[in-house]
Amino acid sequence: MHEEIRIRINGKSLAVPRGTSVAAAMTRAGEPCRISVSGQARAPLCGMGICFDCRAVVNGQPHVRGCQVQCEAGMEILSDE
Amino acid sequence: MNEAVQLRVEVAVVGAGPAGLAAATVAAECGASVALLDDNPGLGGQIWRGETALSKNSSGANWFARAERSGARRIHSVRIFHLESGRLLGESPDASYEISFNKLILATGAREQFLPFPGWTLPNVFGAGGLQALAKSGLPLAGKRVVIAGTGPLLLAVAQYVGDHGGEVVCIAEQTSWLKYVAFGASLLFNSGKRRDAARLSWSLRGVRHWKNCWPVAAMGRDRLESVRLSHHGLSKDIPCDYLACGFHLIPNTEMAEYAGCEIRERFAVVDQYQQSSVAGIYCAGELTGIGGLDRALLEGQIAGYDAAGRRPLGERLFASRDTQHVVVEALKDAFALREELKLLPDFDTLVCRCEDVSFGKLQPYRTWREAKLQTRCGMGPCQGKVCGTAAEFLFGWKMDPPRPPLFPVQCSSLAAISHRNCSEELTGESR
Repeated sequence: MHEEIRIRINGKSLAVPRGTSVAAAMTRAGEPCRISVSGQARAPLCGMGICFDCRAVVNGQPHVRGCQVQCEAGMEILSDE
Repeated sequence: MNEAVQLRVEVAVVGAGPAGLAAATVAAECGASVALLDDNPGLGGQIWRGETALSKNSSGANWFARAERSGARRIHSVRIFHLESGRLLGESPDASYEISFNKLILATGAREQFLPFPGWTLPNVFGAGGLQALAKSGLPLAGKRVVIAGTGPLLLAVAQYVGDHGGEVVCIAEQTSWLKYVAFGASLLFNSGKRRDAARLSWSLRGVRHWKNCWPVAAMGRDRLESVRLSHHGLSKDIPCDYLACGFHLIPNTEMAEYAGCEIRERFAVVDQYQQSSVAGIYCAGELTGIGGLDRALLEGQIAGYDAAGRRPLGERLFASRDTQHVVVEALKDAFALREELKLLPDFDTLVCRCEDVSFGKLQPYRTWREAKLQTRCGMGPCQGKVCGTAAEFLFGWKMDPPRPPLFPVQCSSLAAISHRNCSEELTGESR
């Protein structure tokens, strides 16, 4: 029913159903979306594009709100520093 | 290089939740050219997030189908960062937008109110609606132990969602009192739609521990959440869990309305009976004008949409239904007002500003939001104070400054596209 696609999060390969957001995929993988200015690991809070706590590096582009972007096959995702 | 899209429409609608969707649909059905814009990758706002997951013949599915037929042009994943007379500027991942309009309908909805407490920045502490939004976007809940905390009817909806999707609702911690809760229930007895919702919810949540006078005082864990400490009738309880879904009811997203110069009173946009704001040609509809839920948002959206399309009498027929929803707005306000004890939740080291990592203790010496901002960078990160500003308003009584351009952090290429256009307009003006 749900077609799976493969992405990479911080170098690890992961299969997620199509339609999964980058923020949901990172939470699922247990990877922080970003490291805060004082070095804390952060993960999504609001899930709706307001808080910016889930910003990540998506295909080389930094500061992308992971909750507002859907995973695509082959996507390279890194925690934002 | 990003594509630059220019559009001219009669009616522009910002926000594709129920209010915006209804507004855009009826305006387009009346023959107006309409652009419906939303920051999210899909239509439906938070309540109808994920079009495909909707069952056939639900209210949401019907509105989606009607919107599709109406011919309103729907543009997803675009965030509006500037607004001036008759013109909106927006950005999507691959394009910049300049949209000229005659009438503008703002239906920007609401967000959750968050309050800082020790540990609230740990991974796996989400908003209540936040967890639901993530689950709708692919985060599995099966087998997860979830504590749901904060205040408002959203907690119940989220609890139901978690249960339906295989998660275990460990408990619901509602900060309001039993008395207020019961009064709220009683006030809904006169609203048939809400009465039905409440009955359905209480049936599906039977057996779930649902504590009143109860709130989170700390989230604990090493790298991620492991347990939550709750205060319940003055006693402290530690509850192991995987996820904490915590939100303290809703606050309206008034930034764009304020930016446009619309009058805001006690947090909400002021509108007349046709949903017109204090600025000519700009309408506000839905949670932006009062937290009142789905039915009210749909009615307000339709009234705004008809009026903007020049079909005022069609909207007037909906006045009576809309006005009955006022009871819901008032009942919610009374029932879920935040208790004073919540101001004592943060300790000295608890972060208030999550973008710039500014602690409660660092903010204490200051008297105003502006002073705190200039000295500590509180509210100066990418969220622009949307989380910490409203928390600081509750904790310190500070009033936030009106938003300044750009409304959202934006790419230089999008800014460049505008300034270039402004320059060429100025040059043309001078040469005349």
